[in-house]
Amino acid sequence: MVDIAIVDYGMGNLRSVYQAVRKVAPAASVQVTDDAHVIAAAKRVIFPGQGAMPDCMRELDGRGLRQAVLDAARNKPFLGICIGLQMLFEHSAEGDIPGLGVLQGGVVRFVHELKDAQGNKLKVPHMGWNGVHHGAHPLWDGIAQDARFYYVHSYYVQPRDKDIVQGTSDYPQPFVCAVSRGNLFAVQFHPEKSAAAGLKLLENFVNWNPV
Amino acid sequence: MLAKRIIPCMDVTAGRVVKGVSFVELRDAGDPVEIAKRYDEQGADELTFLDITASSDDRSIIFHIIEKVAEQVFIPLTVGGGVREVQDVRNLLNAGADKVSINTSAVVNPQLVADAAARYGSQCIVVAIDAKQVAPNKWEVFTHGGRKATGLDAVEWAKRMQTLGAGEILLTSMDQDGQKKGFDLALTRAVTDALEIPVIASGGVGNLQHLADGVTLGGADAVLAASIFHFGEYTVQQAKQHMAQQGIEVRL
Repeated sequence: MVDIAIVDYGMGNLRSVYQAVRKVAPAASVQVTDDAHVIAAAKRVIFPGQGAMPDCMRELDGRGLRQAVLDAARNKPFLGICIGLQMLFEHSAEGDIPGLGVLQGGVVRFVHELKDAQGNKLKVPHMGWNGVHHGAHPLWDGIAQDARFYYVHSYYVQPRDKDIVQGTSDYPQPFVCAVSRGNLFAVQFHPEKSAAAGLKLLENFVNWNPV
Repeated sequence: MLAKRIIPCMDVTAGRVVKGVSFVELRDAGDPVEIAKRYDEQGADELTFLDITASSDDRSIIFHIIEKVAEQVFIPLTVGGGVREVQDVRNLLNAGADKVSINTSAVVNPQLVADAAARYGSQCIVVAIDAKQVAPNKWEVFTHGGRKATGLDAVEWAKRMQTLGAGEILLTSMDQDGQKKGFDLALTRAVTDALEIPVIASGGVGNLQHLADGVTLGGADAVLAASIFHFGEYTVQQAKQHMAQQGIEVRL
């Protein structure tokens, strides 16, 4: 039984996530895995995702990992990252497809011709370091208000239940970048690529004991 | 709001960071892993490595470097140089790169950009464009380190790369590169205005004001520089403070 399972469904590179988790939890056993049994037995699960959500959903199902992820999202410390956040919702505008439906709400794209208050064009994908306004949650312990995290994405989540929102960033309007419910926490940015702030969030996750 | 990024760039050959003017008079700048760690500590937003090794025999060296850097530095890493097929993209990502930069091969085989983006996502595909001015407000794409003309218009080419799935454009002015007189701001502005994806300005930085100008006048989303950081003229932190003083949003 491993301490931390990183779910590998063949979409993108999980080495960064693995390296960052090893850095903050050197004593823990960490495994990048596409084995549903390993995920089921792990104490904690990290659910990353890169690329396009339709591809991610197809690969997840193709490897028979949907049920293992659903179970983990409901009963053990669970951290979704990027598309791993988006997939938890009911529907995505990217490819007009259903998600896992763990959380209520949808995933939408930043509008075209996005502009800031001064009229400057804002690029999509939203790529780079943006400040996060966060609430009080054990995963934010020791992380300054408005600390910057690294993002790269064109779609963002719109939760139906506003009580699950744990963080927002502005581009230029506020969008939800972190949610939590019980044992589950999920973020749009990449903590594994967000220097000290990101490592702190990962460290908080590996030490988190949700009731 | 989103910060403008500062990206130190390291040209790597035979396991060392080097810097020259237009690939001549290469000057040793040190060990890539040590330099990467230093830039990370100074607050670099990303790091870019360009493998300028001529011989394909020596290409395994860059993989070891990236593996070592990725174990210790937790910011995005872009690697380019000699990427010819999807398998090259895969190998670099597996070594620890977050993004792969494609230059000459995008011109030789544009389908490579489409295939790599479809397989690994646009977020990790950077298309590098080397451009030279050929007429007022007109720039041509050059390949093979700026030696070979392509006949392609740089702005049109950038738009095509966006359509094929590039997530970002690394735009280098061959006219300005190594001159330390600042970016080609008209080129930067022309390309960034034509695209929806981010543009990294490159080529010509000689002082901190050049970096700020790339953002405020050129409209770049990120600025890339090499020699002003390598030889200790300025730190990344100094560059950010200079930009912040001019009202540019940066990650301090």
